[in-house]
This record gives sequence, structure tokens and C-alpha cells, in this order.
Amino acid sequence: MLTEEQVRHVAKLARLKLTDEEVKKFAGQLSGVLEYVDILKEVDTEGVEITSQVTGLKNVMRKDEVVASTATREELLACSELEVDSNQVKVMNAIK
Amino acid sequence: MQLNKLKISEAAKGLREGKFSCEDLMKDCLAEISLKNKDLNAYIFVDEKMALAEAKEMDKRLEKGEDLGHLMGIPCAMKDIFNTKGVRTTCCSPMLKDFVPPYDAEVVKRLRNAGMVMIGKTNMDEFACGSSTEHSCFGVTKNPYDVSCVAGGSSGGSAAAVASDMCIYATGTDTGGSIRQPASLCGVVGMKVTYGRVSRSGVTALASSWDTIGHFAKSVEDAAIVLNVTAGKDAKDSTTPDIEVPDYTSFLGKGIKGLKIGIPKEYFGEGIDSEVSDKVMEVVVKLEKEGAKVVEVSLPMTKYAIAAYYVSMPAELSANLERYDGIRYGKKPVGSAPKDLVDYYFAARGEGFGSEIKRRIMIGTYVLSAGYYDAYYKKAQKVRTLIIQDFNKAFEQVDVLIAPVSPFPAFKIGELADDPLAMYMADSLTLPVSAAGVPSLAVPAGMSKSGLPIGLQIIAPQFEEGRCFTVGDVVEKVQAE
Repeated sequence: MLTEEQVRHVAKLARLKLTDEEVKKFAGQLSGVLEYVDILKEVDTEGVEITSQVTGLKNVMRKDEVVASTATREELLACSELEVDSNQVKVMNAIK
Repeated sequence: MQLNKLKISEAAKGLREGKFSCEDLMKDCLAEISLKNKDLNAYIFVDEKMALAEAKEMDKRLEKGEDLGHLMGIPCAMKDIFNTKGVRTTCCSPMLKDFVPPYDAEVVKRLRNAGMVMIGKTNMDEFACGSSTEHSCFGVTKNPYDVSCVAGGSSGGSAAAVASDMCIYATGTDTGGSIRQPASLCGVVGMKVTYGRVSRSGVTALASSWDTIGHFAKSVEDAAIVLNVTAGKDAKDSTTPDIEVPDYTSFLGKGIKGLKIGIPKEYFGEGIDSEVSDKVMEVVVKLEKEGAKVVEVSLPMTKYAIAAYYVSMPAELSANLERYDGIRYGKKPVGSAPKDLVDYYFAARGEGFGSEIKRRIMIGTYVLSAGYYDAYYKKAQKVRTLIIQDFNKAFEQVDVLIAPVSPFPAFKIGELADDPLAMYMADSLTLPVSAAGVPSLAVPAGMSKSGLPIGLQIIAPQFEEGRCFTVGDVVEKVQAE
């Protein structure tokens, strides 16, 4: 069971601004999901390897060659709504 | 003849016989869109001028004797998760509402090189999270068979566009069922490939160890024709192995004499509408008459797949969507003036994501957080291993598996919208297949009493998409008889 306080904490970790109504709604809904996934505890996984990749590929390498980029710097900068200065996107101060 | 009703195979033939032009074909699709899209909301964006110009261009090239193959000049509907150069690509999220990609996704590029003509972009659940398109910021897509019902999701727009003849074929993505389930609910063919068979480069990432790229078509043959173009290694997606791409159409017309079909008993039991399982079994009986051997198999881990998925998937999703911070990706916040950079992130993400995305990011963040990682995430990855072993064992006994796609036909709009867990159950029969990374072809299996489509899926071992086509071809034939 997730408390509203825990929901606020997780939202903070995920950098999501939530309204009070969202916190309330999510506390119930997320608790439901977490209770449901507890069904996994029934499964004996002693000695079972984890799966993070399903087709068994390992260490896929490519030649160390410069290849053309899919888009130019100007095209990529144009994707940003923020102000561009000297080929860089301007953001708020990180350190004051 | 309304040309928009044609299959790829028929349209390609007609174009080469000079019966009609690419422009004629596109005009009929556009006419159907202006007639139906207002009600169905399958497309969220159509550029008539661009579509017609591209079609005319293909006519010119055809006239010159240039032939790029079956897809040349054929109108395609593109799920709005595929980056399309110069054409807005939103993932149906407020976060990307105005995003115009500077390049085409690899699949889009391959289709364009094969002469594809894009009609427009189709509706989907936000960032492809959902089973009904109700989570789209552009509103729900309605089922062409009953507009009070959903078209399924997440690729609901593509499925509805194919089912209502507003295009000839469409693209989709399937992470946990997002092609097969809407295909089933809309009565069309849906191809979910082996993990890694088709490049994901330029397609917005969801859950990276689950995401696959596929398509919707009006026939099994058409699905094979499209896969011939999209499949194969891509240096920009290191999960695409260098495994030969056969001519998938060569698997059609082979018949199924002696082929062993497994019926996983867990896919026909509790929680599955009897109408659905009966229809699927009716088809299986017909396949037996065509010479297939049918045996019951067991995939005992089936009931744990939803839980494993809804730990693993949100975990990967929360990591992938971390990049949407209003700076690197996504819109800047407009609601309030952020007081510092951190506040800016909170505001951008709070405004940019819809409820379902927030829920999944929160689940993912929770299960990856200190103290819960082993209990949830690692546990789910281990259960995934056991699910894979289930399939490996089954494929030691049989060549393919046949099962229903969705436990129930299309449900009413709004019916499951406020109950995320109930919505997750819609994927109970597609998720295990995704967990194992094996291919599965959704094919129509008949209609329910209330007139809604029912679908079955043909599941094969990894990189054996050909078997799906061989069996799917017969499934179509026995139903036409």
C-alpha cells in the first residue's frame, strides 16, 4: 500500500509535478498495481538467471569510422523551443 | 471500384497493368478519410497536398519504367511514433505536440526507398502506453465496427485506418500487444516481429528490451510483402542481428500438412470470453482438416506475465522518458514561471505527460528505487526467464502455437478508462509472447454475436516469421471457404 506521502516522494524522484488530486488518485491506483504484481512472489526463482536481452546478442561492435549524422547541428537546434546562443541552447542557471 | 479497398498485392498489380494511377489510389484513400475520419479519429494528421504530390511523383517514376517493388505508390498510414522528416511526430503526447523531426526513422526510410507514399500520421495511446487509444491527447479512436467501442491500442489509429479502408496498410509498434490487440479488435492482420527483426532506430523508445516494429495489413500476403522491406540488420540499432531476411512471400501457399500446432491451454481458460475461445477453436478444427496435427501444450507461467511486464516495462519506460525534460526533448512549461532549473524540470514533466505516462513513470521509479530493486525488478527479470523457458519447451514439441489475441472483443469507450489494472488485463495473452521476444501474427478469426471482430495469433519461434505466414495464409483460406 502506497501512502500519499510515498507517492509524493516517488514523484520527486521522477521529477514530476503532481496536483493534490493526482497524488490522491495515484496512491490508490499505484497501490492496486503493486498489490497485483506481488503475485510474482509465488514464483520460485531460486537459481534462475535474469533476462535483460532476449536474442542472446553480445558485444555488438561497429567499425570505428566517422559516419554522417542523421541530422545537422542546425536542424537539431531548430527542434528546441529555447533560445539558441553560439550553437547552444540557453537554460536556467544550474548553479547560482 | 473504390481503389482504397484494395490490398497491396491487388493495387500493385493494377498499377502495373495501367488500370489506375498512384494518384487515383491516393485520391480514393483521401476521399474515404474525408468521409470517415471525423467519426473514427484514426488519423490525427493528414497532408493531402503532400500525399498527392508524392503519389504523382511515383506515377512519373513508374511511367519511366522505374520499379521499386510492390510498395511503390501504395498509400501507407504511419503511427505517430515513427519519426518522419519534416512531418510533425507527437507520440500523441502534449510533451511532443509541436515536434518536427529532422530525419526519418530507419523503417520509414526503407519504406520510402521502396516507393511508399505516406498519407498521414495515426492516433495512438500517449507514448504507446495503453490498450485503447483513450490515453491519446488527440482523443480516442473509435472502432469501425461499432463507434461506441474502442479500436484497441496502442496502435489503434493504424488498425482502424486499415479496417475502414482509409489506407492500404499501416505501420505500428508492439511492446506488449500494441499491434496484435488493435488488429484483433478491428479485424485486420497485424504483424509483431521477433525482437530485433526490424530496426527501432528513429522510433520513440518505450521499453527497450520489449519494443518491436511491425505493421497492419488487409491480408497475410500483404503483411509478408511489407516485412520483406522493413526487416534486417541496421547499424543504428545494435539489437538487429545479422540474420538472413528470407523472401517472406515464399512461405505462402505451402499448406500445413504435417505441421504441428500447439494449443496452449492457459490461453483458453479463466478470464477468456467463451465466444472468443470457441471461434479460435473453430478455426483450429479447420486447420486440422487441412492436415495439421493439433496438440495441447502448457505454458504454466502465463499468469505471471502481466505482473512481470508491469514491473519491467515501466522500469525501462521511466528510464527512457527521463530525457523529456523540456530542454533536451519536450516542450518548455508554460503554466508557471519556474523558480530554478529543478523546478523547470518538474513543471515541464508535470505539464507534458498525461495520467497513464505519469502512472507508469511512477511505477518504474518505485520498482527501481533503493530497497525495491531486487524485490521487484530483478524478480520480474527472473520470471521473464521462466516465461521464455515455457516457450522453448513448447517449441520442442510443436512448430507454432495458436491462441486468441485478446480475451474479449472490443470493449466500450470509457469502460476500463479509470481502472488501469483492468486495462492491463486486456494484454494478458499478448504479453507473454512479447516477454519471449518471439514473433506473432494476428489474423481475423470471425465475428462475435454482436458483430465485433475476434482475432487469433500464430506464434512461432524467434526469427521464424515465415511459419506465421504459412499458417496465416491457410487460416484466411479456410475461413473464406
